[in-house]
Amino acid sequence: MTSELFQLVLMTVVTAATPLILASIGELVTERAGVLNLGVEGMMIMGAAMGFAGAYSSGSTAIGALCGILAGMAMAALFGLLTIGFAINQVAAGLALTIFGTGLSGLLGAGFVGLKRDRSDQLHIPGLSDLPYVGQLVFGEDLFVYVAFGLVAGVAWFLSRSRTGLALRATGDNHQSAHALGLSVRRMRFLATLFGGACAGLAGAYLTLAYTPFWSPGMTAGRGWIALALVVFASWKPWRVVLGALLFGGATVLQLHAQAAAFGLPGQLLSAVPYLATIVALVLLSSGARKNAAAPAALGQAFIAPR
Amino acid sequence: MMTEQERRATPLLSLRGIVKRFGSFTANDDISLDIHEGEAHALIGENGAGKSTLVKIIYGLLEPTEGEILFRGKPMRLNGPQEARAQGVGMVFQHFSLFDNLTVAENIALVLPTDTPLSALRGRILEVSERYRMPLDPDREVWSLSAGERQRIEIARCLLQDPRLIILDEPTSVLTPQEAEALFDTLARLKAEGRALLYISHKLEEVRRLCETATILRLGRKVGGCDPRQESSRSLAALMVGAAINDIKTPSTRAFGGERLTLDSLSLPSREIHGVDLDGVSLRLRGGEVFGIAGVAGNGQSELFEAVSGERLADANETIRIDGAAVGARDITARRALGAAFVPEERNGHAAAGDFSLTENLILSRHSGDGLTSRGLINFEKARTLAQQVIKTFDVRKAGPDPAARTLSGGNLQKFVVGREILSEPKILVINQPTWGVDAAAAATIRQALVDLAARGASVLLISQDLDELFEICDRIAVMHEGRLSQPCDARAVTREEIGLLMTGDGSGGGAHAH
Amino acid sequence: MRIDLEPRATRPLALEIGAPILALAGAILIGGLVVFLLGKSPALAFEVYFINPLLEGWSLQELAVKACPLVMIAVGLSFCYRANLWNIGAEGQFIMGGLLGGWLAIATHDEAFQELIGGWWILPTMLVLGAVGGAIYALVPALLRVWLGASEILTSLMLVYVAELGLDWLVRGPLKDPNGFNFPQSVVFDDIARLPFLAEGERLHAGVPLALLVALLGAFVLARTIFGFEVRLAGEAPRAARFAGFDDSRLTLTVFAISGALAGLAGICEVAGQIGQLTPKISPGYGFTAIIVAFLGRLSPIGILVAALVLALTYIGGEAAQVELSLNNDMTRAFQGVLLMCVLIADTATRYRIRLTFGAAR
Repeated sequence: MTSELFQLVLMTVVTAATPLILASIGELVTERAGVLNLGVEGMMIMGAAMGFAGAYSSGSTAIGALCGILAGMAMAALFGLLTIGFAINQVAAGLALTIFGTGLSGLLGAGFVGLKRDRSDQLHIPGLSDLPYVGQLVFGEDLFVYVAFGLVAGVAWFLSRSRTGLALRATGDNHQSAHALGLSVRRMRFLATLFGGACAGLAGAYLTLAYTPFWSPGMTAGRGWIALALVVFASWKPWRVVLGALLFGGATVLQLHAQAAAFGLPGQLLSAVPYLATIVALVLLSSGARKNAAAPAALGQAFIAPR
Repeated sequence: MMTEQERRATPLLSLRGIVKRFGSFTANDDISLDIHEGEAHALIGENGAGKSTLVKIIYGLLEPTEGEILFRGKPMRLNGPQEARAQGVGMVFQHFSLFDNLTVAENIALVLPTDTPLSALRGRILEVSERYRMPLDPDREVWSLSAGERQRIEIARCLLQDPRLIILDEPTSVLTPQEAEALFDTLARLKAEGRALLYISHKLEEVRRLCETATILRLGRKVGGCDPRQESSRSLAALMVGAAINDIKTPSTRAFGGERLTLDSLSLPSREIHGVDLDGVSLRLRGGEVFGIAGVAGNGQSELFEAVSGERLADANETIRIDGAAVGARDITARRALGAAFVPEERNGHAAAGDFSLTENLILSRHSGDGLTSRGLINFEKARTLAQQVIKTFDVRKAGPDPAARTLSGGNLQKFVVGREILSEPKILVINQPTWGVDAAAAATIRQALVDLAARGASVLLISQDLDELFEICDRIAVMHEGRLSQPCDARAVTREEIGLLMTGDGSGGGAHAH
Repeated sequence: MRIDLEPRATRPLALEIGAPILALAGAILIGGLVVFLLGKSPALAFEVYFINPLLEGWSLQELAVKACPLVMIAVGLSFCYRANLWNIGAEGQFIMGGLLGGWLAIATHDEAFQELIGGWWILPTMLVLGAVGGAIYALVPALLRVWLGASEILTSLMLVYVAELGLDWLVRGPLKDPNGFNFPQSVVFDDIARLPFLAEGERLHAGVPLALLVALLGAFVLARTIFGFEVRLAGEAPRAARFAGFDDSRLTLTVFAISGALAGLAGICEVAGQIGQLTPKISPGYGFTAIIVAFLGRLSPIGILVAALVLALTYIGGEAAQVELSLNNDMTRAFQGVLLMCVLIADTATRYRIRLTFGAAR
């Protein structure tokens, strides 16, 4: 394989993995605090729509990314209000958020359908980016990729080393104890939810700013749900999110190449591969005790301060 | 600047007319008390008397509706437990405020100021554990520790903040007698250092031993104060309950029948991640007998209950027999059909469903008998009649004709749950922690009902952490430790200390009293 | 701002019934605001969405026809959700039901075959196949949960995408009408394979009374049978359900099979009733809308009857709004999301007293 082709294939894998990494690492933090936000798909699609709208209107990718982040956070705040404020069942609220986000993104993005803009710039460091095999791969990605990896490193450090990270893990482990000690369970959870929303929004923005040059309704196509599955797959450990996302990115790219190669398999069946792969991944990593051992003990439980 | 004398005369903590209301319910009604430095002050009262609410106010978890807290003579307004800790108030929780999946050091770090680096903390933990003779390993995860070890974390966490007042909520309820002794040593040391203790307990012997003052609460009000050393346990109990509690009447002679319930080397790996495996549990329970299982919480009692009840099936059918019939592989419904009945430890969500009416809660465990269902349809009329019968026989106090279970007080719901099983006249009753969190009158009713059931020829298997309860009504007692069951001892011949040794797993002498 | 929740000792009946109505009113207000912000008239939108469809006979019938799949699916989902099991893949089960039932109609379309053994049995068999198809598809996530502990939420949802892609492939490939000018659709079903209309020239088909029957039966089972008791108990207190002697694995499989069967039945009723052939898109998201119906109906089959009519209204109103207000389908979707949120808040309000505190007070 030539150097260019090698890098090209691997770069498409990274490109396909990046939105998953972004959305998953945010959801991982949310879940470690004990909140199961099933609305990732809804936050992501809003991030995609608003990210594109912001970038197209301002002409700046950075402003677009910021708009995506803010849209994701606004959605997350709504989710926080519902589940942390009103103690609503988190599964139902997550579904509501996704349905709402799908509709609202369509409404708000209606004026931008069919428009195109240039994809975000890629890093170029003279010399380094031109190295054979790895130059472009390591030093020539778009900036989102570096942000994604930086976020993973930051989250890994935050959770294992920082005092606030410790308080966050404690909140997800046992909210009654956390409350008894005077930790603010609800504030911690709300902030963790907001962080998850920001990441999901950025993941959505990546789709319209770097992955494709346009916005179209429903374009997240289940990536938010896959990101949720990846958190389980990663056993709630930050670096495993990267591993899982790259595997998924690989599967997606492989599937696209298989379609292009036209093996005679129907395209729809190949398109179903990522969804089936998600199920397989969930099944392989959920079996029995392993899942229970890794999941935050208070995940998905509403906290109501006792008397 | 206060002189030493003034300092001594000023109470460390004063409560002035504390009132706490939740909606229309008054949990604390005009409570005042003083605690001085170096004083051990007991707060005693029944379940529901308002003790927990009061200490939560002192620890800053709740804000009083009315009244004032003075700390060293100055008004103290607390905006959360952090501020209470900063002022010098520490708390050791009854049900522990620990995090299973964090290490000991991490659990402690959570309450300390954030400028303490984790590395320095290890040393300080070891120092405290040395000074107060409380062995602790900072790097262990909490789930792997025993109840006694967990309590040491709570106390060490408290001490690292150098508190002037330490609140202890039922600290011995999960300890063996020997562990309790060690705790008293530590507490005596703390008192000698001039720290004040606010000691909440319903074990009056302990209170009389440790405390020089006591405040007694009943139904949210302060009904008196006294020097517990001048009182007898009986007089304290009378102050606490406000009425005489009947002694349990046990028949003087007992005739034991044939073997009703047999466990034969029952082993079962736990399903929970941090659970306890049952390891070769054997026992033979005769008709007419009350058999007690003692042990510190978390030594396999709930796993044993699951296995005996059939909530979880055993691997081999022969390991459990009811009246000789092998039932290890048969489910709870089949075991009920053979005449067994069960009362789990947790009322809410296990023995009963909070949002269901009492009638529906009757159906919960008795749907397969009494003709309550036919062809899949429920006979609600019949269920209602049976539920009313339980309510009447066991004097269950409630609002409305058929309210939701969650609206009942702990004691009344427990009476309903126990009554539901006893009125089905079981041949075997397996009951776990029947009087946990139940008021004294209800507890006496329940214990009497168990004794009466045994007198009618049934076997009662009583799992309890309350040694007083076990000694009061059991014929034989065995001890559960780390999933294993000791040889049974004759309850009239064995001492509390011997049972205590078995509870810590040091059972060398325990078999001596076996039948 | 702080929100404090205090459990209510009693739950007045008026509140139980009033809460969903208030939720609907709240959602309409929010929807109106959105319409206003989009620069359209909220009053006109309200008229188009909620009034006009009620004024004409044909649209009233259309309402019942649209409500029919929603009722069937939502009754099934109410069993799942009451048992605290999260089947969110009803859309996929709907498609599989339509596909398997529709396959029979396509397979028996052949004239020679029709003459040989064709007859009245085809339609009932299609309905059975539809239910079976949906049930089998729903059993996949249920079995994965029971055997391997995989989250049924994610697996059931993933299977929706798979079902959609599968249907798309089939109607463009193996099930395509050979004489259909290469349009992605199957042959039009024979009359004998269509749900009969209740009256000549009307829109109401036999699926409507069937949906009514499903709701009544569902209500009866939940309220009067030991199985219904089991479902309610399992969701309310799972440990108590185990203590009562109910097997949670069996229950998981059973309620998934029921809800899958009802979604599949809805699918085949839609295909054999409204559409009359297989196309790449046989559902305008009924499987997801039914989730909202189930919650708006407070997970009670009778409540679901009413709720389904309300949501059916948003479909018909939504179609009219596209024409009259040039508001696209996304408005309907967004409104449904808001409605679900309002319903969930209202649900909290029936169980708790809600106190709002502003400022930093504790």
